[in-house]
Amino acid sequence: MKLWRKPFDADTIKIPRGEIHIIKDRCKGCSFCVEYCPKDVLEMSEEFNAKGYHPPFVARPDDCLECHLCEMLCPEFALFVTLREDVTVGKEEK
Amino acid sequence: MATAKTAKAEEVKKTTGLEEIHPMEDLLRMDRMPHIWCPSCGIGLAVTAFTAALEKAGLDPNMVSIVSGIGCTGRVAGYVKLDSFHTTHGRPIAFATGIKVGNPKLKVVVFSGDGDLIAIGGNHFIHAARRNIDMLVICVNNFIYAMTGGQVAPTTPLTAFATTSPYGCVEPPFNIPYIADSSGAVYVARWTALHIRRLTKSITEALQKTGFSVVEVISPCAMYYGRTNRLGDGLDLMRFYHDNVEIRHGEDTKNLDIGFQTKIVCGTFVNRDRPSYMERYNEWAAKAKGATK
Amino acid sequence: MKADPKGVLTGSHTLLGNHACAEGALAAGCRFLGIYPIVPALEVSQRYLERAPALDATFIQMEDEVSVLAAVLGASWTGKRAMTVTSGPGMSLMMEHLGLGVMLETPCVIVDVQMTGPGLGIPTRPAQGDIMQSRWGSHGDYEVIAFAPSSPQEMFDYTVKAFNMAERYRTPVAVMADEYVAHLEETVTIPPADQIVIEPRRYYNGPPGKYLPFKRDKDMVPPMVDIGQGYRFHVTGLTHDDRGYPIMFEECQEYNVHPLVRKIRDYADTIVEVQEARTEDAAIIVVSYGSTTRAALKAVEQARASGVKVGSLKLVTVWPFPEKRVAELAKQAKAFVVPEMNFGQIVNEVERCSYGEANVFFVPHGDKGVENTDDILAAINRAAHESAVKDGVIEGV
Repeated sequence: MKLWRKPFDADTIKIPRGEIHIIKDRCKGCSFCVEYCPKDVLEMSEEFNAKGYHPPFVARPDDCLECHLCEMLCPEFALFVTLREDVTVGKEEK
Repeated sequence: MATAKTAKAEEVKKTTGLEEIHPMEDLLRMDRMPHIWCPSCGIGLAVTAFTAALEKAGLDPNMVSIVSGIGCTGRVAGYVKLDSFHTTHGRPIAFATGIKVGNPKLKVVVFSGDGDLIAIGGNHFIHAARRNIDMLVICVNNFIYAMTGGQVAPTTPLTAFATTSPYGCVEPPFNIPYIADSSGAVYVARWTALHIRRLTKSITEALQKTGFSVVEVISPCAMYYGRTNRLGDGLDLMRFYHDNVEIRHGEDTKNLDIGFQTKIVCGTFVNRDRPSYMERYNEWAAKAKGATK
Repeated sequence: MKADPKGVLTGSHTLLGNHACAEGALAAGCRFLGIYPIVPALEVSQRYLERAPALDATFIQMEDEVSVLAAVLGASWTGKRAMTVTSGPGMSLMMEHLGLGVMLETPCVIVDVQMTGPGLGIPTRPAQGDIMQSRWGSHGDYEVIAFAPSSPQEMFDYTVKAFNMAERYRTPVAVMADEYVAHLEETVTIPPADQIVIEPRRYYNGPPGKYLPFKRDKDMVPPMVDIGQGYRFHVTGLTHDDRGYPIMFEECQEYNVHPLVRKIRDYADTIVEVQEARTEDAAIIVVSYGSTTRAALKAVEQARASGVKVGSLKLVTVWPFPEKRVAELAKQAKAFVVPEMNFGQIVNEVERCSYGEANVFFVPHGDKGVENTDDILAAINRAAHESAVKDGVIEGV
């Protein structure tokens, strides 16, 4: 992202990264999470779960911003997001 | 923190056989998961919003009681881990009135569907609003009677198909926020299941409000409303909400009619204060008690 | 447990039947009354409202009878003893929630001040036309406990009994009064609070995670909890298991519904209450309940005075019906005389339980209002005569 005027504290901004946990056997394949992720982190997989649905999988794990939208938009309580403690991104990538 | 999480995880593993624990599991009856709602049904989203709002509102879950009626949404009481009741068709509001008046310290939530609350339950809806009984009514509106196989509902848009309107619905639908507003509700909002964050915020506000509050949740019903009207599955309905919802806070509730595949106006329309039923009742009781002394 | 003295109007009073009913409820600890106005029952709520503020008792008038019983059930789950009063048309509307009350096993009292029916009938005249409805009115299988008071004193006494039965068996209980006894004014003696025995609600005291709302004790009655005690229970009107979760298969139907019936049926001997007079040597027995008993007892006295060996079986509890006692008496007596303010309801039960051992003479008063002594006496004499003819003996019986 190009900044026209760089904020003085730009170097201190930490962008959170999230880890998505998918409870595969609870998924019913509605694909709301895939559709509405703002960073297109998830995609529907080809595998089957116990009920015969295609659960999603995490296609681009490093793009996840821990916004929890997929977690909130899952009607089955089948996925949730936790904050990744190991990753801190201090500077904007140029 | 880690040990507590591991211990909780172990317990959940025993009941569900799953490895992961969802953060909401302490407010859900995990021994009954997965729930019975269809793939891409929006009721699960309404429950997600409700449980998140319950935590945000800071209410003690032991003092919250949830009452449901009959229908797909009526099953919500069975999946939420609060003192919950699954009662007769159309009457959760009456049942909840008894609970609230019986123990005014409780927070009572009625979680039911459009047919249950505004058709057979219409009378109790308007009277509880008139009395301003302190309760929150979450009305999940999927425009159809889904549990019984897709019959027409009082919210089914004109010309829409249903199993009891095979040539198109001939009845104009109800506008639920308008009814709630004109009956005296103190908080009226409408959101779709897609607007999950705003819905959660609305429910949080309503939970913290004293008085009769109504939050209508427009929800996709893929299996009946969507299929009978060739609207696609739940995702297509959500995409429709995405493209056709207009957010107009404070809009006059009489302008909130929903037509068949027309725009849907969402927002918080009413947020006012009125003395609640118990406030007025306690005033009378205190006066009467003083007079008899 | 003894009654709370605050709610007991100890002393001797001249009370209207409906007022005595309200006093009985308050003495039994009722602190929630929900009503929808209906003519024969109005005075109950008026009396209750006079006394309610001093007792911190709650009242609500709902928008119809359907919602009123729903509210009563909800209030019962908050730990309050809850009651509603109505008449025929309201009783009909309450049937669905009577079934829900049975299924959720919620203690509550429904007072039906019966009026002439069917339909809109005559709201200001008495009848006993809802007796079968109180037993069979809701859909599905269940048992019910019902009392039939015949005086303002009994309006007080039986309302207290009804609350105790409701708590004891965790079920809705009916008090089948009628417009006559409701609007009769007579002396009512209310004992001191420590002489009124109150059945306490059976509560579960264990840890929250382990509570099962329908796990039955040995007597098939499950302990209850209140909302807000942290048990986070779920109950449903659907066929359910001990956890209160719906399980909609036949095996669960048997598991769930059979005890609902048996918890009362198997204990009928302790629940059934009758009052007998002069039945030891009776050849004719008059079976009556409610305000009909007043005329019946007089007729029995008059018949005895003229030499007829007649006795009286008064039903305190109409349901469960005293099947065993009636069967026993049928073997001893030649005939039953059954006066009722209807066209035949309890008489069918008497006939059924006689198993052919005795004749049954019905004195219908479905269209004549309160029973009068003459009609019953005539029936007794006819019964006596016909029995004598059957025996081949014609005397001045």
